[in-house]
Amino acid sequence: MEAALGLMRRMPPKHTETALSALLSLLPRHSSDLLSQVDQPLQVLCDIDGGKEFILCEYNRDADSYRSPWSSKYHPPLEDGTQPSPELRKLEIEANEIFAIYRDQYYEGGISSVYMWEDDNEGFVACFLIKKDGSKTAHGRRGYLEEGAWDAIHVIEVGPEEDGTAHYCLTSTVMLSLTTDDESSGTFSLSGSIRRQMNMDLSVAEGHLCNMGRMIEEMESKMRNSLDQVYFGKTKEMVCTLRPPAEVTQMRMPES
Amino acid sequence: MPRLHRNNPDPTLTKPKISRIEFNWYRRARLGTRDGLSLGRRGHTHRNHFSPRGTGPHADDEAPPPPRAPFSLLSFSLYLRNPQPHSLSSSGGTAGAMAEEDAPEVELSGEQKKEIAKWFLLHSPGGEIQYVAKDVRSVLDDDGAYGEAASEAFPAYNKAQMICLDMPRGMGEVLITSFGELEENQFLDPRTAQVGIVDHVKQVCTDVRPATDEELPSPYIEEFRCALDAEVLKYVGEAYPKGVCSVYSTKGKDVEGPGSDFELAVVIQAARNSPQNFCTGSWRSVWNIEFKDDIQILELRGKMQVGAHYFEEGNVQLDTKHECKDSTIFQSPEDCAISIASIICHHETEYLGSLEASYTNLPDNTFKVTIYFPRYFIKDLLGRFHGILTYLLLERHELDFPLKKSAGY
Repeated sequence: MEAALGLMRRMPPKHTETALSALLSLLPRHSSDLLSQVDQPLQVLCDIDGGKEFILCEYNRDADSYRSPWSSKYHPPLEDGTQPSPELRKLEIEANEIFAIYRDQYYEGGISSVYMWEDDNEGFVACFLIKKDGSKTAHGRRGYLEEGAWDAIHVIEVGPEEDGTAHYCLTSTVMLSLTTDDESSGTFSLSGSIRRQMNMDLSVAEGHLCNMGRMIEEMESKMRNSLDQVYFGKTKEMVCTLRPPAEVTQMRMPES
Repeated sequence: MPRLHRNNPDPTLTKPKISRIEFNWYRRARLGTRDGLSLGRRGHTHRNHFSPRGTGPHADDEAPPPPRAPFSLLSFSLYLRNPQPHSLSSSGGTAGAMAEEDAPEVELSGEQKKEIAKWFLLHSPGGEIQYVAKDVRSVLDDDGAYGEAASEAFPAYNKAQMICLDMPRGMGEVLITSFGELEENQFLDPRTAQVGIVDHVKQVCTDVRPATDEELPSPYIEEFRCALDAEVLKYVGEAYPKGVCSVYSTKGKDVEGPGSDFELAVVIQAARNSPQNFCTGSWRSVWNIEFKDDIQILELRGKMQVGAHYFEEGNVQLDTKHECKDSTIFQSPEDCAISIASIICHHETEYLGSLEASYTNLPDNTFKVTIYFPRYFIKDLLGRFHGILTYLLLERHELDFPLKKSAGY
């Protein structure tokens, strides 16, 4: 299993799906572990009733059907698919609305979904997903990218309420993929994923959504900065180490 | 007194408590799935999501959270049918009537395993194939298939990455490229006129022998090749801290004198691997130079490829390619060499410059703006988010918050 995760860390992020399906076929017994620990780019399905799109992931899947957060129905239909309890469903609807606004504010487009389900410890788990396609052909309004995809998955485990506070554990994964293709610099492709965790104990006075929203916002900010450093900083540093920029080295040609 | 669970209001019942989610998992497992990945995607409980996701393994010797014992579909089915205190570990040979309910676990054929292993090996980032090989071997659990895959994948990988190996007895270095390949595992180093015998899988040069006359270019060609080699060596020595290069005669190596066309290939490679810093990178450039005798012109075609991989808290990879063309006049070997080297230098420097520009432009124009544009976050959004967090563009002002006082922050 460690070897499998090690492989996923080294394979080109563009080929995550192929690599993961190869591993699943080699290690069927570890499939649930692999699926829950390896993040794949998110896919989208259209909810016919709601008229909106929703994001597919492991957390709203049951057999082969996916539950839409807008109508809470399974696509393709499934009679007795897992549903959250009514209170949780209410919270889920509210969360979806708020998150849609958040997403519009920060991403100027894209698709978002929130899924919640109960866990065994009297708490619940919420999963906030965002998918944005920033390429020229899709939502990219400043049209530079041949291909640009941002997928964010935030999973918050909320512990049971004790003395008016609850414990929140946020695990965030951001998968980013950028490709430019132009005359002067050829194909430039940068892609990958980063994962971070954050734990907090917060008062439930203002409601769960408030706390979760704050955590996610903070986390996304941090991740955006670290993406800047990692994606651009580290890889650029590597390129410059391989071949320092021209100002540093001058061609000293002998006169001949 | 056990806590009341919503699925099991009466703790005195002997029936073991089954949470709703687990039950659904079981039902889902019975229904099975329709897609080809059914093997992998079955038996997936929500419970598993709560396993510490962690930030991924950091180094090869540091283990991630240990995996739980494999949950046997079979034993769980049995467990539900016979509600008795029963551990959920694999229950040996009581396959019985439940066997048909499980989808057959298809065993992959040796050929399929070999193909998968080969795919993984060939897609390793530069300089990491040995780590990937170790992992693949462990995952595959089939040394025969692995051995075959390795014998096919390693040579292809080594040539594509143009790795540089030291020749024994201090004879220098040899670059593994398709240009210098004499036989499957014999590679020519034109500079020293030696041939290295290579073990691809171990990535070492095991032996060395002098090249025969047939393997070397004619003296006429060698003049050009040697002069170019000297100039390129000078250039690479100055521009690349750890670069290696070689010049090969690719076409017309037996041309005796003026009157015929021939081709040389310049290969430059620089690699930097620091696995302890979770960072690897490689620069490869190949320049094909056609010496056109009839029109007295040299045509150059360059192909540059840069890769970088950073994997401390994730997996970030850069992959860029660029092609360019240029030409110059046919002169004496020394003058050709100088002019070719300066063309190469010019284009590579320009390319590096545009890479740097991409890095600066991408975040400013696209990453920061198109995909994620931090703006003011409106306080009290819908009256529900008591967001006293106000963000200025890229700057954060954290106001005094009860938040700060909690330990977990």
